[in-house]
Amino acid sequence: MQIAARRLDQVTIFDITGHIDLANSPELRKVLLKELKETKTPRVILNLTGVRYIDSSGVASLVEGLKAARDQGLRFILYGLSPSAREVLQLSRLIKIFEVFDNEQQALA
Amino acid sequence: MLTESQGVERLHKSGLLLDLTLASDPQLLCVVRAAIERLTEVIGFSPPECRSITRAVDEAVANVMRHAYESSPDKRIDVSCKRISGMVNGIPREGLEIELLDQGVPFDQKKLTARSLDEVKPGGLGLHFIRDSMDVMEHSHKDGVNRLRLVKYFGAEGKAQKSQGE
Repeated sequence: MQIAARRLDQVTIFDITGHIDLANSPELRKVLLKELKETKTPRVILNLTGVRYIDSSGVASLVEGLKAARDQGLRFILYGLSPSAREVLQLSRLIKIFEVFDNEQQALA
Repeated sequence: MLTESQGVERLHKSGLLLDLTLASDPQLLCVVRAAIERLTEVIGFSPPECRSITRAVDEAVANVMRHAYESSPDKRIDVSCKRISGMVNGIPREGLEIELLDQGVPFDQKKLTARSLDEVKPGGLGLHFIRDSMDVMEHSHKDGVNRLRLVKYFGAEGKAQKSQGE
């Protein structure tokens, strides 16, 4: 998994590529919580277009990010879900609690 | 000593498709996923079924790494995949059997209940993913070995008979 950050005005977009699994989900969690709890960017967007797979530990990291965002009154947005990533969020019935968009334009609107 | 062709013939009769032995290092999960994803494609599961079976095996192996081996990365995990056939509730069925073996901490029966999906909290989803994906999930512990047996049948009927067992 690779994570690159793009910082815009009041928005940070994390471009994530690769697989999110037990091997690297702690890193994702760390990056997200730092952005949300320390930097407190008003809108944090995850570009998951390049993510083919997310396991349950990855989903847990996303949920922690969402909870941290809610605690701080910030927005936490996902876009570009692959079929596999979408299935995992649907299976866990968590897709409805996230703000999910198809593309970056919609996520920034 | 068996010739190569005799060995292959014996493997075919046993139904063995794939045998993997790996260290309990999470960095190797992607290797397991790649192998299972290709195997399920090759033997004819649909793309959603391939993703689903791959997810189940990935979560099961990750559970062994985290819980049975308590995140120690140098323990042994065996994953074997067999084509199986037989009668299920009087109906002939074919499917894929996946067996995971480890010598870690025995399964905790109390933890084998998937958490409620009504709760919005991190963690506890892996078991839910496995149960949702597979038609059979059985576990046992004998002589210091944990054994997890997962089965997925070909065709949509498999899910319909899930609640009735094998």
